[in-house]
Amino acid sequence: MSDISLTKKDFTSDQEVKWCPGCGDYSILSTVQSFLPELGIPRENIVFISGIGCSSRFPYYLETFGMHSIHGRAPAIASGLAISRPDLAVFVITGDGDALSIGGNHLIHALRRNVELKILLFNNRIYGLTKGQYSPTSETGKITKSTPTGSLDTPFNPISLALGAEASFVARSIDSDRKHLTEILRAASVHKGSALIEIYQNCPIFNDGAFDLLKDGGTKGAALLQLRHGEVIKSDSHGLIREDGSFKLVELTSVAESELIVHDAHNPDPAYAFALSRISGSALDHVPVGIFRDVERPSYGSMVNSQIAEVIANQGVGDLDSLLNSGDTWEVN
Amino acid sequence: MRINNKYGEGLLNVSGASLRKEEIVSKPVVSLDHVVIRFAGDSGDGMQLTGDRFTMDTASLGNDISTLPNFPAEIRAPQGTVPGVSSFQLHFADHHIQTPGDAPDILVAMNPAALKANIKDMARGATIIVDKDEFTERNIVKAGYQVNPLEDNSLESYKVHAVALTSLTVAALAQISMSRKDAERSKNMFALGLLAWMYHRPTEATENFLKAKFGKKPEILAANLLAYQTGWNYGETTEDFAVSYEIAPAHMPAGKYRNISGNTALAYGLVAASQLSKLKLFLGSYPITPATDILHELSKHKKFGVITFQAEDEIAAVGSALGASYGGSLGVTSTSGPGVALKSEMIGLAVMLELPLIIIDVQRGGPSTGLPTKTEQSDLLQVMYGRNGESPAVVLAPSTPTDCFKMALEATRIATQYRVPVFILSDGYIANGSQPWKIPAISELPDLQVKFAQTQEDFLPYLRDPETLARPWAIPGTKGIEHRIGGLEKADRTGAISYDSQNHDYMVRMRAAKVAGIDVPDLEVDDPTGDAQTLLLGWGSTFGPIASAIETLRANGEKVAQAHIRYLNPFPKNLADVLKKYPTVLVPEMNLGQLSNMLRSQYMKDVTGYNKVFGVPFTTLEIIEATMAVLYV
Ligand SMILES: Cc1ncc(C[n+]2csc(CCOP(=O)(O)OP(=O)(O)O)c2C)c(N)n1
Ligand code: SF4
Ligand SMILES: [Mg+2]
Repeated sequence: MSDISLTKKDFTSDQEVKWCPGCGDYSILSTVQSFLPELGIPRENIVFISGIGCSSRFPYYLETFGMHSIHGRAPAIASGLAISRPDLAVFVITGDGDALSIGGNHLIHALRRNVELKILLFNNRIYGLTKGQYSPTSETGKITKSTPTGSLDTPFNPISLALGAEASFVARSIDSDRKHLTEILRAASVHKGSALIEIYQNCPIFNDGAFDLLKDGGTKGAALLQLRHGEVIKSDSHGLIREDGSFKLVELTSVAESELIVHDAHNPDPAYAFALSRISGSALDHVPVGIFRDVERPSYGSMVNSQIAEVIANQGVGDLDSLLNSGDTWEVN
Repeated sequence: MRINNKYGEGLLNVSGASLRKEEIVSKPVVSLDHVVIRFAGDSGDGMQLTGDRFTMDTASLGNDISTLPNFPAEIRAPQGTVPGVSSFQLHFADHHIQTPGDAPDILVAMNPAALKANIKDMARGATIIVDKDEFTERNIVKAGYQVNPLEDNSLESYKVHAVALTSLTVAALAQISMSRKDAERSKNMFALGLLAWMYHRPTEATENFLKAKFGKKPEILAANLLAYQTGWNYGETTEDFAVSYEIAPAHMPAGKYRNISGNTALAYGLVAASQLSKLKLFLGSYPITPATDILHELSKHKKFGVITFQAEDEIAAVGSALGASYGGSLGVTSTSGPGVALKSEMIGLAVMLELPLIIIDVQRGGPSTGLPTKTEQSDLLQVMYGRNGESPAVVLAPSTPTDCFKMALEATRIATQYRVPVFILSDGYIANGSQPWKIPAISELPDLQVKFAQTQEDFLPYLRDPETLARPWAIPGTKGIEHRIGGLEKADRTGAISYDSQNHDYMVRMRAAKVAGIDVPDLEVDDPTGDAQTLLLGWGSTFGPIASAIETLRANGEKVAQAHIRYLNPFPKNLADVLKKYPTVLVPEMNLGQLSNMLRSQYMKDVTGYNKVFGVPFTTLEIIEATMAVLYV
């Protein structure tokens, strides 16, 4: 693997990128293109499969194998590919509508099976491609063209949803923070099985500034609670402590550092990561970012293939002639 | 002609007694050329197993056979009610037969509901064997009878044998320590034993089957064997049954045979296709009647490297198959009509991506959930046209259970060579029905090896093969040909996204031309005198009843030609000429005229439809009558 020395340029396709100026997708693309050489995997063994949405144009811009499929179904297609071709590194690119509305079923099932997929969920909390309807992650009361008097639905928290679906690797990052996103991609790539990475992504056209609180120099320090395995969970101003069996956010000035919770991404109890995921509401005033959960669990494709290997080891490779001649047979002379 | 089954001759060996039956049958023996038997009972009575065993014992004697199970939609409808009745019909003969038979010659009814549900299909003079123990007042009322049908002379025109099946079974099993309820469960084996005596079936295969099945439960094994033997002895010794029957072996081409259902034949065909193409077989499926057995069967064949993936829904099932196919596997999905509806968008993507994909639609009664356990041919237009845009797919339809094997190979050939989605339209009748299959030699099977795109400079993912018009099958893992594909319209050659109107028009026509140009065999027309004026033209599972009707019609001096379309898209090239040749074309279909519609619109031929959606196959008589109606207008 290490003898391959590829660069960002090698992963950049000749297609003209067509997102709106200022779209958060640009920085995610650039981060991914810069990160891919680090994988040490030849380009031909990398596949990006997307659904439909602005974000799902992503595969066109990467010089790897890629498929821009249909709305919501990328995890299903990618599952078939990853299970039948364990030699490939398969990524899924999806949006909040793609992954959580039309494709919600496939997402949760891919996660519970732990198929070897790295799923990048671009969450701009809006339907970009269809020009700005509210999405399953939009805050309640969202005014859009389809909800002129405000949306009524309670939004999904994608991290909580993924954890409820038994995901073994769940993380959150932000489009503009290349360093952070790269760290997460690195951890996801060595994880065996499904990884869900929610990436907050700004849509300057239909939902501009949705994540400004997490980006503005003035507010982000206080808002972002960093999740790093083995380190205390805190922002610049707040930290997390345990109180009465649950988590509580407190001002750093009011507690000693030693009282803060030390993050354990490998905690086998999903309730721990789930509780972390509930700290942020749609208001985004305190948002954990980083890896919520990273636990080892047998991955689906490897189990499928080892079941087959085991049967072959016990019974030998199938012989077509014996199969056709099996069961009750008789001879006519 | 000599017949050997692998168990040798029938030898009954129960509790120490060894009886060579051929020597023992002492009553008069009547020779018959064919018999239709229907076993009917509560869905818990084991009628499918009973039918299956009788079928196997019959097949091994060298009779030609055709079978048709009929199950209720509910797994366990209330016991003793008409909706809970399950049945199994088999037709066996000393000559080649085409159908499971119109009307049973003999009905075995395990309770009043089974009698009530089936009596309407019985011709006068037929034999009915009932378990008279089950005709209690309570059961009679449950079945919907006012009075006991065994006592009100309503069965006068039948030969009725009211046998105390339950109590005889229980009495025989008294020596085995088990509850009465458990003992009663063996009564289907009593019935099977009785029928085995009546029709001189060998018994050893069934005995071995029971030993294999219940080997770990000695009491149950002993009970079943004893019930079986008691049933046989009952026929031999009681006055009730005066004669037994024999049916000589049919003249079948020499070779090794086994009995096979359409669903099993499809599964075997796919395993064979995978071996012959050297492609990994990937089945993505979501359970649905009557297609589920394909998933079950293929799940057993891991040693062939087969991957079966029970997906979360039909969309994921076909999606995973397409993903596998993109990766260079033989991607297959199996379902029924409602599942096809869900898969449509993904099949459209396969059309656009121009990747191989096989979609098996085992049709059932529709629309919506319809009649899940009943047969119908009403998905033809759905698979032809049920997608957005100009979205051509190949449609194949096996005509018999054994034809399913061949059609699986054909679907693979076409899907992999032309890189298109291919439908296999089976239906509940051929899926569950069975017939003897002459097992092919591996050397007779076609070479289905494929070529993937190789490493090359300036790879063009949508450059077409001039002959097949197929684009390259370019799988991940191949250095230097990394490329992007998707559902957006493709530019010719490069496959880049293109909104150009001329290119779109070109690509739409190209995809259509590719499917239209697929090499399919000519339609074979059976017209012995060459001057028939009427053609019976069918597709799919109507083959049996049509062929059987034709035999009778010709025997009566009628001139009728027969042709059966197994390739529905594209149609065989000679179909236009065939349609032109016959002034009258009768098209029987278990729908309201879907093939007729296609023929009228594509060939401007005013064919005559014969259409019925009763959830059961056409009877031979129905086809004869429909043909007479067009012959003598
Ligand atoms: C079956 C189907 N239904 C609807 C659409 C229209 N559609 C395309 S993208 C989209 C929503 C995209 O939202 P999201 O997934 O959040 O992606 P974004 O554009 O925001 O990146 C919809 C509704 C479609 N392409 N296919
Ligand atoms: S609409 Fe929004 S998400 Fe889509 S490309 Fe434009 S800015 Fe990006
Ligand atoms: Mg979105």
